[in-house]
Amino acid sequence: MSEAKAKPDTADADRETGPGIPRPVTPSGIEVPELVTADMVETSDPGSPGEFPFTRGIFPDGFRGRLWTFRQYSGFGSAEDTNERYRFLLAQGQTGLSVALDLPTQCGYDPVDPMATAEVGKVGVSLSNLAELEMLFDGIDLGGISTSFTINGSAAMIYAMYLAVADKQGVPRDKLTGTIQNDILKEYVARGTWIFPVRPSMRLIADTVLFSNRETPRFNPISIAGAHVRDAGCTAVEEIAYTLANGLAYVDELVKRGGEVENFAKRLSFFFYVHMDFFEEVCKFRAARRLWAKLLKERYGVKDEKALRFRFGVVCGGSSLIAPQPHNNIVRVGVETMAAVLGGAQSIFTCAYDEAFQIPTEASAEIALRTQQIVAHESGISKTVDPLGGSYYVEWLTDRMEAEAVKVMDEIDDYGGVIPAIEDGWLQMRIAERALERKSATDSGERVVVGQNYFRRDDEAGSFGGVFRIDPEATKRVVEKYEAVRDRRDNGLVEKTLAELEAAAAKDGENLMPYLVDACHAYATVGEMVATLKRQWGEFQEPVRL
Amino acid sequence: MSLKGKRILIAKPGLDGHDVGAKVIALALRDAGADVIYTGLRKSPEHIARVAVDEDVDAVGLSILSGSHKELVSEIVARLDDLDAGDIKVFVGGTIPPADHEDLKGSGAAGVFTAEMTIDEVLAEMDRELAP
Repeated sequence: MSEAKAKPDTADADRETGPGIPRPVTPSGIEVPELVTADMVETSDPGSPGEFPFTRGIFPDGFRGRLWTFRQYSGFGSAEDTNERYRFLLAQGQTGLSVALDLPTQCGYDPVDPMATAEVGKVGVSLSNLAELEMLFDGIDLGGISTSFTINGSAAMIYAMYLAVADKQGVPRDKLTGTIQNDILKEYVARGTWIFPVRPSMRLIADTVLFSNRETPRFNPISIAGAHVRDAGCTAVEEIAYTLANGLAYVDELVKRGGEVENFAKRLSFFFYVHMDFFEEVCKFRAARRLWAKLLKERYGVKDEKALRFRFGVVCGGSSLIAPQPHNNIVRVGVETMAAVLGGAQSIFTCAYDEAFQIPTEASAEIALRTQQIVAHESGISKTVDPLGGSYYVEWLTDRMEAEAVKVMDEIDDYGGVIPAIEDGWLQMRIAERALERKSATDSGERVVVGQNYFRRDDEAGSFGGVFRIDPEATKRVVEKYEAVRDRRDNGLVEKTLAELEAAAAKDGENLMPYLVDACHAYATVGEMVATLKRQWGEFQEPVRL
Repeated sequence: MSLKGKRILIAKPGLDGHDVGAKVIALALRDAGADVIYTGLRKSPEHIARVAVDEDVDAVGLSILSGSHKELVSEIVARLDDLDAGDIKVFVGGTIPPADHEDLKGSGAAGVFTAEMTIDEVLAEMDRELAP
């Protein structure tokens, strides 16, 4: 690297010397007192971990009995490519799998669809049919590891396929552990891989949850995610509010379908991002955990403490990582990992430093995994339960974040709930406005991003390490395998299972999961199953508001 | 700024659902006085080119975070040419590795924007390109 000095990129001289003393306000806009003293703290006793309202964590022994799961999100190219990366990560001490799927699979298009061809295997692995999933888990015992799938619009199909692989591996369904994200509401708002309109999508989610509670009782059939709305621009307070509001919408749907809250609430899980304001992030987790337990208890009368436990995974990184001076991202992820641990996360995914501009290389993926191993095994922060509990500032900020989140949830209630707010595009517009605010604050230098708006240098292009390239033959291989499967399978059986699926979809209240599992066993493709349901339900029409 | 009164189509080609950048730029262009149309998600290159022509826009801004920028930019430039609309400028923003910027310009992109640029920098470059 050259010796060139950092130089200011704007007229603002501060950009060279540094930003000075930060304004005492959190990114959610909470004014931070100079000193928090005992008399300012409402919750003077945060209670005991493992007990309602779980401010200090859901387990009495914190991480002493068991560490969080090290779960690195990974997937690209064909199932063979990804299987190789999984075996590498497992050999390096990763303790759970997390499958990244490509956009065609997520949006319900087969790899030969004209909508799909440019994107096969790009941001995740292409999994169009059972043969691909068999390859993905080749040599990996599904009874011995938990697997998480970031899949939403086509979650029911991928879950059905996972069950079919387990059936073929001879793993009993009640041994299966893992998670499907299966949270469609935030897809309409932030992540964009919706397929069907809101209401039939809610039905399909209820189908998966009710089926999973029965057939795969150790599996999480939904992971209600604030992560994506957060990365899309909203604040930590709004991340809590939107996530819990969506959570309540799922609870209502499940109750309507005859589910018992005491039962299904035990298998609801959650998913957040961790960004950089350390204490706000720690308190976000504490506040969300407490508020969820209270909501279930107060609104639904849930008594079983197991059903009140707010279990969540986190991603450290996301849009808090930037392309300039990318090695700095390793430090960011380290700080964020500590916040996740002190907030009591059940699983952690640490982003690789190069994720702001490419799929991680094997080397950068390894550093990301090592980051959480260092926090787990060297830092000592998991030795005692909730070491920050009782800190005046932490308890004060936890109270404040909970109160602010309740206000935002009330605004959503005033609008008529999350479903109308999404169907009208109201929530989407709110988030877009927030994103513009955040971008403007970064541009003006009010929000400091080291290496981007301060301490920037323009002489380091290309110094970021290895370049990741997907095997250019991967798409071709995926398409060839896809065509081979369609030639090989019993097409009569495929048609029969799809016709049964369609007939079941036409009947309200019929659980579609058994039909999807049958179709997967017959090697029906994701695109075929989705097209079958689109004939009954149509597609979501995005409300475009600016 | 000559962006005032310019007609600009902001489009999301392909299946990528990350629309923060698209919406932020759309809002900023509107604040700068441009007449902005936003397509919404998941539009095909044919659709984007047709809307650009039907709406008689001066420029198309593509937002792509899926890694498919090379294929999609070439495709949309070609579809615009098919419709004799090669004079419509094409800009692209998103998760685009530095190594690909020159390739995209070679394929007909008038500007390539990434997240670390300020809104002012993006608008200034569009303004320069669209100046009469």
